[in-house]
Amino acid sequence: MSLSLADVQKVAMLARLQLSDADLERMTSQLGQIVDYVNQLAELDTENVSPLSHAGELVNVFADDNPRPSLTRAEVLSGAPKQDEECYRVPAVLGE
Amino acid sequence: MSDQPYEIVIGLEVHVQLRTRTKLFCRCSTEFGQPANTQTCPVCTGQPGSLPVMNRDAFQLSMKTALALNCQIPEFTRWDRKQYYYPDLPKGYQISQYDLPMSCDGWLEICETQGESSEKRIGIIRAHLEEDAGKSMHDEASGRADSRIDLNRTGTPLLEIVSEPDLRSAAEARAYLDELKLLLQYLDVSDCNMQEGSLRVDANVNLHLDEPSGLIATPIVEIKNLNSFRAVERALEYESRRQYEVWLEQGVKKGDIPKQTRGWDDQLEVTRAQRHKEESSDYRYFPDPDLVPVVVTPDEVERVRRSVGELPAALRSRLQAEYGVSEYDANVIVNQGRDFVAYFVEVADASGDAKRTSNWIQQEILRRMNELQISIRQFPVDAVDLASLIQAIATGQLDSSRGRDVFGRMFEQGEAVTDAMQSLGIVNVDEGSLRSLCEDLLAENPRVVAEVKEGKEKAVGALIGQAKRLNPNVNPSEVRAVCLELISQQ
Repeated sequence: MSLSLADVQKVAMLARLQLSDADLERMTSQLGQIVDYVNQLAELDTENVSPLSHAGELVNVFADDNPRPSLTRAEVLSGAPKQDEECYRVPAVLGE
Repeated sequence: MSDQPYEIVIGLEVHVQLRTRTKLFCRCSTEFGQPANTQTCPVCTGQPGSLPVMNRDAFQLSMKTALALNCQIPEFTRWDRKQYYYPDLPKGYQISQYDLPMSCDGWLEICETQGESSEKRIGIIRAHLEEDAGKSMHDEASGRADSRIDLNRTGTPLLEIVSEPDLRSAAEARAYLDELKLLLQYLDVSDCNMQEGSLRVDANVNLHLDEPSGLIATPIVEIKNLNSFRAVERALEYESRRQYEVWLEQGVKKGDIPKQTRGWDDQLEVTRAQRHKEESSDYRYFPDPDLVPVVVTPDEVERVRRSVGELPAALRSRLQAEYGVSEYDANVIVNQGRDFVAYFVEVADASGDAKRTSNWIQQEILRRMNELQISIRQFPVDAVDLASLIQAIATGQLDSSRGRDVFGRMFEQGEAVTDAMQSLGIVNVDEGSLRSLCEDLLAENPRVVAEVKEGKEKAVGALIGQAKRLNPNVNPSEVRAVCLELISQQ
């Protein structure tokens, strides 16, 4: 198994996910299988292959600096679980 | 400085909001001070299926700044996702640059004028282009345990300029920031308004101590929440004293504990511990698959380099070399900005008297600009008119104090030199009437004549005031010369 329980705990913490012990165990096994699957790529000989930044071949895609209308505030806040018609409301951000 | 038992080592990270009309990856407006959450769209609020597209101007302004900071522009650059969870970051990651920034390895020359002025090159590790986060406000007044989030700023282009840890005092850090800000203003890439958050500074600082066991470094602390350059200076002074005391008490060295983040409290003038900074690997950077890389050709770099224009350091040297002004005066003039330098150059060229021009614009012009809080562009006396006034003074047509009267008239009434002189009744005193005025004065003041004959030439000064009272248009230096000449002939 390529992933340890501690790895998954750390990733869960970074993603702000609270997982039960049972979930953690299940995740460790399932995520581990995914990582193992992707790890097969490491078997390839990449000695003469240069690193790739993007799967496509496009470069230099730019847009001009001309403003376009934004969404209305009502529209943009409509998907928020909690809002006060001006701002999103979230659990207190302290310690900054 | 030298009596401290330690050396302060400082590196600065400066975030500059670039002067674009729209955000970095979408076309929402970046205008400051608009009602909360009225400048957002699916891209900057991180809605599924939205795609960012790079703002061309933001990239160009970044490249211009990087070149002015003597940076290398790699041919290939790309953007990465820096992942962390924070309510003001709707995508759950910030689009930034990690291992292939758009510029690196530059320097900025600073002039630290405490005591002896000396030039010093501060290394620039990199300058990279990234997006800003939103703004969170803790709503204490309502008593509700919520924070309020405004995403208008989310996605605004920021250039992060990271210096080498080359700065060795709070004063040097200040000099670096002043010079960097001036440079950005000359480049016109940002409005540099700290109150509006267009320019933000984080400082990394630790101490080097020469202990018997060898060179010791204290743990590096990153200071945040620095709202002014003054705050940067004071925070660095405070933090270096604090680190020294902690070292004496606890003896903790760099590497013993992770890097700390402390916030500056501007009221109490102390730094306070904040959450431990996550290790950089915790940000799990990876190339953003939604954005394509940027490839820059040498031709394009040269094209942007040509648009940089003459920068403060070069202008300071030029004013000294070509106009013979002192280092101090060159600094004062250049620090006022590109338009002010242009005004000086135009007046100095047209009047042919750079020294007098330098004095005039530093005294009369700057004083009135400050009094009225106006810029040189708004100044009512244009360069050509000021040049004629300075010429009139240089050729002795006007003395300095009458010159100031004429200037006042030009400034207040918008008159040209000749009109202002006429309004004030200033006419040239012809040689005949000057002579007869001097003869009268000498006849009335035999004591002065006697004193001058005894070798006290200074005594003639007493006559100048009298001459001005009889005819305010006489030129003091001419009165002096004619009186001395007449006495020598007696």
